[in-house]
Amino acid sequence: MTAVLSAFAQLVLLLALAPLISGFIRKFKARFQTRRGPGLLQPYRDLFKLFRKGMVIPETSSWIFSATPWVVFGTSVAAGLLVPMVSTAPLGLFGGVLAVVYVLALGRFFLALAGLDTGSSFGGLGSSREMTISALAEPAMMLAVFTVAIGASSTSLSEIVRTAAGQSWRFLAPPQVLAFAAMFIVLIAETGRIPVDNPATHLELTMIHEAMILEYSGPYLALIEWGASVKQLALMSLLINVFWPFGLQPEWSGAGVLAGLGWLLVKLLLLSCAIVLVETTNAKMRLFRVPELLAVGFTLSALGLVSTFLL
Amino acid sequence: MIPAPESLFTAALIIFLAGATAGLLSGRRLFARTVTFGAALAGSLLDVFASTVALVRGATAVWALPFGVPMFTWTVRLDPLTCYFNLALGLLAAAVSLYSFGYLKPMVGRRNVGALGFFYNVLLASLALVFAAANAFSFLVAWEVMALSAFCLVSFEHEKTEARRAGILFLVMSHAGTGLLLIAFLVLGSAAGSLEFQAFHLIAPKLTPLASGVVFVLFFLGFGVKAGVVPVHIWLPDAHPVAPSNISAVMSGIVIKTGIYGMARVFFDFYGPPSLWMGALVLAIGVITALLGVLYALMEHDLKRLLAFHSIENIGIILMGFGAALLFRTLGHANLAALALIGGLYHTLNHAMFKGLLFLGAGAVLNSTGTRNMEEMGGLIRRMPATALFFLVGAVAISGLPPLNGFVSEWLTYQALLAGFGTTESLIRVMFPVAGALLALTAALAATCFVKAFGISFLALPRSDAAAKAPEAPLSMRISMGLLAVACIALGLGATWFLPVFDSITAQTFGVRMSAALVRANGLVISSGRDGGGTVSNVGILLTLVLLAGVPALLRYARRRREPRTANPVWDCGLPGLSAENEYTATAFSKPLRMIFSALYRPRREIQTEYDISRFYPTAVRFESEVEPAFRKRVYDPLKDWVLAAANRTRAVQAGSIHAYLAYIFVALLVLLLFEVRG
Repeated sequence: MTAVLSAFAQLVLLLALAPLISGFIRKFKARFQTRRGPGLLQPYRDLFKLFRKGMVIPETSSWIFSATPWVVFGTSVAAGLLVPMVSTAPLGLFGGVLAVVYVLALGRFFLALAGLDTGSSFGGLGSSREMTISALAEPAMMLAVFTVAIGASSTSLSEIVRTAAGQSWRFLAPPQVLAFAAMFIVLIAETGRIPVDNPATHLELTMIHEAMILEYSGPYLALIEWGASVKQLALMSLLINVFWPFGLQPEWSGAGVLAGLGWLLVKLLLLSCAIVLVETTNAKMRLFRVPELLAVGFTLSALGLVSTFLL
Repeated sequence: MIPAPESLFTAALIIFLAGATAGLLSGRRLFARTVTFGAALAGSLLDVFASTVALVRGATAVWALPFGVPMFTWTVRLDPLTCYFNLALGLLAAAVSLYSFGYLKPMVGRRNVGALGFFYNVLLASLALVFAAANAFSFLVAWEVMALSAFCLVSFEHEKTEARRAGILFLVMSHAGTGLLLIAFLVLGSAAGSLEFQAFHLIAPKLTPLASGVVFVLFFLGFGVKAGVVPVHIWLPDAHPVAPSNISAVMSGIVIKTGIYGMARVFFDFYGPPSLWMGALVLAIGVITALLGVLYALMEHDLKRLLAFHSIENIGIILMGFGAALLFRTLGHANLAALALIGGLYHTLNHAMFKGLLFLGAGAVLNSTGTRNMEEMGGLIRRMPATALFFLVGAVAISGLPPLNGFVSEWLTYQALLAGFGTTESLIRVMFPVAGALLALTAALAATCFVKAFGISFLALPRSDAAAKAPEAPLSMRISMGLLAVACIALGLGATWFLPVFDSITAQTFGVRMSAALVRANGLVISSGRDGGGTVSNVGILLTLVLLAGVPALLRYARRRREPRTANPVWDCGLPGLSAENEYTATAFSKPLRMIFSALYRPRREIQTEYDISRFYPTAVRFESEVEPAFRKRVYDPLKDWVLAAANRTRAVQAGSIHAYLAYIFVALLVLLLFEVRG
């Protein structure tokens, strides 16, 4: 019964919190650049507006186009349920960190197909770039995951987190720091942020994620946007809880959940600030510079791995 | 009362041979198709039944087939490993035989379908025998019959130059491989004093370390040729696409797995705990094979060649499992060795199912559009909805995405690789996580490639008239593709029910049974075999997805009438309407990767523009782009030149003078006599 309740609680948390994090990053970035920026709640208003609008479906597209928003939304939320947020991962039995990576890959697979399905060259362009970049991000991510998983000798996230929480200053150990840096680069690539991709652009030469979803409108667009922000939240939670497991509750219980939630918010805000700092101080990279950034990520995680037995 | 597996297996062989004979007699008539492929279907189903019965009973049956000459008996054995590969053979061959009914219909009367049926049945019989042979003699004979019948099937459309060239390349490389195997078997035979496989069991420790190493490499190379292991893979992407598509499915699905079977037999049955470098070699070659296979696949826009390169990739993934299993065995971790072996073997069966499915889908597309070039397809999802759906299932499965079967076997391989780091203090342990990371890269690139393959071929607007008018595949083809798609789904969702099959195999090789440790929570969850290790549940993931996305989607679909939803043209940047020329092409799709990995591909491109007034108003543009076939250019062409030059030089010896030849014979005799006297 607790399992079902905890899954439900985390589901609500994911769906409700994800737009807020997107809004916070947007707002804080604007303030950082001495702009006023949209309100914190703007993503909710956007979603609400989109859900009530009609849709335009490209006549060249097939059922793939209509199925994709659901797949993207479903996979993002499912991946979120596999990640520990305030306590253990509610659906952790269904899969660990490998499942998170592969469930998200399933959503990306369909999103890229939908980009091609419209017949517009923008869609194809986006699909091609998205698949290329995510393919190159994968080995860096997996090596970083292996570095932290080796400590726990498990791919179960709850197990990894438990091991990490047992050693209080472990997050400062060189393997952890290097793996964290690698994962941070992967996070930026996977969530489509500057310097890899610019979530605010619609300039065809630079778009990646936006190009794939250019033909979506109305509720389908809302589902994809919501899914994207849930995916961002899931990956951020993965990163912070694997590397900074403070405040993570060992059990789902009434009072503990509130404390865990508080810690989660603090850590998310810290990570968001880091993201904003990177986004503001960097210019978007040329597409063919991105592989070099990802190679840096791979090298960092390889160093992290080597340092686990050198130290 | 279920008959004994021996008699079922023999009956399957007899049916294959009867089908072959009927094919020889019946020629080009429709009857030829029906009776030969009917026989193949019956034989395959019987083979499935025989191997299932034998696997369930878990006992090993050994008997001799009633033909052969004294000294060279046809010993046949049904042990768990044999039955497992026969199961894969039977499942795939049954679907392909059914598919052939519709696929060959247009060929009847125009081509010698009877001959195709003859070679097909001979191929199936020889495959069953390769897996079941229990001595080196019968193994090599079956191996040779398999190579010859496969050669005839590959060059079946012999009026095409590419089919003839590919066939000859296949034949040459295949025989080079068989030569290596022959040497290796003879060395083992002289050490064991017998050619029976039972005498070879754990024989390697009796060899000197040098001989043991040489034999290992000979076997690895010899079987590697058939499996398509880099660098001896170059025949595969030429030979698989030119065969008729039903044959391509068998070639990629199961013929290359004979190499895998051979390795499994030698590595885990003949060798005891091998030297550490052997496992490291297999693991490293596996990683290289997987990565190069997928990287070359990405550059293809010939749908069948693309699939052929993916076969190389998947062989690499299987070898990663095998290499890890060898290392764990040497390091003394039987449970982990079993886990890695299960990952490799499961991927073998999975690959047979989804690659068979994809080749059958490619064949349906080829039959309907008349082209293998993806740039001339497009929009087929509307013309061929069933084929498109089944191809999509295959594409998701081969990309290793949940909840299908490719994910399960890759997940098991990851688990084995991850656990490998803690098994030893030596530096070799770094290989495991690095192999895991490169497996992740391979899988992600495979997903990229199949987004391209499915997206360019089946989605958006038709890129040619043929694609715009393509008819859906006939019923028999759709049913067989559907069956393989169901197999991919069942092996994904029902993995926990399938894993006990491996118990008897791992008990035979490592003396452990893993299924109890691997299956948790009443068969809902697969675990990595250790407490606190990783767990995964395809059923759970699917249920979660259905609850989160499927149910809301259905609810919305039910009340769709109330929502405004209009179909409009796609934004065309103000041009007069979107046409197929505006679409992204397969070449464009893989362009970023072509640039990123240009050190490997060394791409060459050539643009010629014709114009009358100004070059800004071209009348015709010719674009040519090519990726360098590195192995052919840098390894095989020099090798070929060297062999030809050497042959040229030795021609002086063969001058046509009978006196010279008599002198050679005399010298040879003398040398042999001296050799005998000294020995």
